[in-house]
Amino acid sequence: MKKLLGLVLTVIAVVTLSACGGESDVTEVDFLNYSSNGGQEETLAAMVAAFETENPDIKVNIETLGYDDYFTQLAIRVAGNQAPDVFELNIENFRAYADKGAISEIDTSEVDVSNIHPTTLDAFKIGDKQYGLPTKFSNVVLIYNKDLFDDAGVSYPTANWTWDEELVAAQAISALGDDIFGVFRPIQTWEFYKTVVQNGGSMMNAAQTEFTLNSDENVEALEMMIARVNDTNVTPTAEQLGGMGDWDLFLSGRLGMIVTGIWAFGTFADDANFDWDIQVEPGITQKATHFFSDAVVVSESSNEQEAAAKFAAFLAGSEEAALLRANANWDLPVALTDEVKAAYLAITPPENKAAVFDSLDSLVMPPSLEKFGEVADDLQSFLDRAIAGEITAQEALDQAQALIAEKYN
Amino acid sequence: MNKLQKNIGYYIILFLIPTVLGYVIFSLLPMLSAFYLSFTSWDIIGGAPEWIGLKNYVDIFKSDEFYRVFKNTLKFIVIYIPMIMISSSCLALLFDAKVKGIAGFRILLFIPVLTSWVAGSIIWRSALNGQYGLVNNILALIGIDGPGWLTDPSWSMISIVMVSVWKDIGFFSLIIFGGLRGIDKKMYEAAEIDGANKLQIIKNITLPLVSPTLFFVLIITIINSFQLFPQVMVMTGGGPLGSTQVLVERIYVYGFRYFNMGYATALSIILLGVIVSVTVLQWILQKKWVFYE
Repeated sequence: MKKLLGLVLTVIAVVTLSACGGESDVTEVDFLNYSSNGGQEETLAAMVAAFETENPDIKVNIETLGYDDYFTQLAIRVAGNQAPDVFELNIENFRAYADKGAISEIDTSEVDVSNIHPTTLDAFKIGDKQYGLPTKFSNVVLIYNKDLFDDAGVSYPTANWTWDEELVAAQAISALGDDIFGVFRPIQTWEFYKTVVQNGGSMMNAAQTEFTLNSDENVEALEMMIARVNDTNVTPTAEQLGGMGDWDLFLSGRLGMIVTGIWAFGTFADDANFDWDIQVEPGITQKATHFFSDAVVVSESSNEQEAAAKFAAFLAGSEEAALLRANANWDLPVALTDEVKAAYLAITPPENKAAVFDSLDSLVMPPSLEKFGEVADDLQSFLDRAIAGEITAQEALDQAQALIAEKYN
Repeated sequence: MNKLQKNIGYYIILFLIPTVLGYVIFSLLPMLSAFYLSFTSWDIIGGAPEWIGLKNYVDIFKSDEFYRVFKNTLKFIVIYIPMIMISSSCLALLFDAKVKGIAGFRILLFIPVLTSWVAGSIIWRSALNGQYGLVNNILALIGIDGPGWLTDPSWSMISIVMVSVWKDIGFFSLIIFGGLRGIDKKMYEAAEIDGANKLQIIKNITLPLVSPTLFFVLIITIINSFQLFPQVMVMTGGGPLGSTQVLVERIYVYGFRYFNMGYATALSIILLGVIVSVTVLQWILQKKWVFYE
């Protein structure tokens, strides 16, 4: 009996000692992300290595999930009090997490954010509190197939183009063949909120207290969007597209222009067997370009707030991380120092990469609503019926306004 | 009486514990908590669920969406149930008729049953593509201009039904075949001696004797129809124009896209209620047509 007791005590002593031994001066920070998934895992690992070299007392554990599962997984972990110390959020989901108190404020006087592009920093502020630090952002540009422009004998797009010039070129390119199309813009909520701004409208009033979906400017913009599909048919219908993705259509060499995100550059550079370049997206009465951004946030429940914020700030604001990102062609880093800009511009195609920076002057964001996803789906159901010709653009937006104003105001 | 026999009651309980525990933890508790959550506004990330009484249920019954989605589910049932019942019964009769090579045919028909729903749906999604799909290309050979099976709202639900029949027919025809096999062949002989023709035999002997099996198939297919989900999710995502939005698809969207778990669980409780009442109704009605030996 005594022997057994001795053994038990020894085991307890060993376990306790080794547990204490593990608790050295190194702070561990768990980091959950999706954006490195599918090709940039090594770049992220290099950023973390650079951070750990600078901060030998902090160890970062990276966990990467695919985008499709990420937000379900994250929500469940937050609900189960298993939230990672630092995690990634896109601008669409940021608001909900901040409103629910799941993420903590980052004291910007404690960390270095001086390199970060101000628009992106503001995007993750609520009131005057900074709840997230952006790491990368992206916008949308006009990407065009130079070969098709040459074949159709029209001149390349310029930064001053509006929808009028674009339509002329699109019609000339469409005329090249039955299965060749001029331009592609999807007709969906995400495209809608930007296009109405191009026409001087908006989805909500400036204070974002009321929806203004059926304003004259919005109706006119939607009519123009639909006319491109149903009247001039410079944009393929769903039937003509036959389930083909818009990028695939462009890569097949049968599409003159595509309005899409700068994250397409890598794929297009690898897979397009024709010359292509980019230009600032044409507006209607004014320019407006999408703005997307990913940020890192610190969990409210984290026990390592300080180390977590330090790591978040490194990913977002350090030139070192930004250079790694720019050189890996992984979206646009928010820390746009001259050196980072030069590194970003150096990777071609596209030749006219400066258009990405020019587009930054006219960024628009979706309404900052917790339930924007639901609003988007509801509006979409009316847009779809308008495209199908069941109702007019005016009717679609009148009905959408009535439903959405009642449901979400 | 030995010790084991004396304590048999304890052993039964002991051996049941793992199963019962598993059921309680992984089925009963989640079901009860879903019932509780349906009275809350739980959104997963916002901390503890907040009690809001019947609001979710009131919102559901007040929304146009619920009735539209319910109608879509009924539309599926009205087309799917007769198709699957009749076609799998005919096939079962064929299996029973000892035609040469029927065993191989049976195996071929059973392959879709073993295929995963997602894989099958992905294949059909491309085969039913209006522009480049296999189906329309074959139809074009005989001069038919096929519709946009999954992009035309008037065809989308029919396409879902056809794919569901393709998937399920092997399973249900096998079950009915099993029922047919259980019929004593002497009955047929006796009927033939009495001079009954083929049709009379099917109507007066085969159908009544196989009716318990048909009843089982009917219950299972109706429950499956209310739970229609993977084929819709993969093939149409509820579109076009919401024409294939069904109850479970909505539950998924509200729960895992909008994170409105309270509303989603309320929908699932309503779905449970619908399934239970339809099944009870069938039990009551079965007396009129199901024949137990």
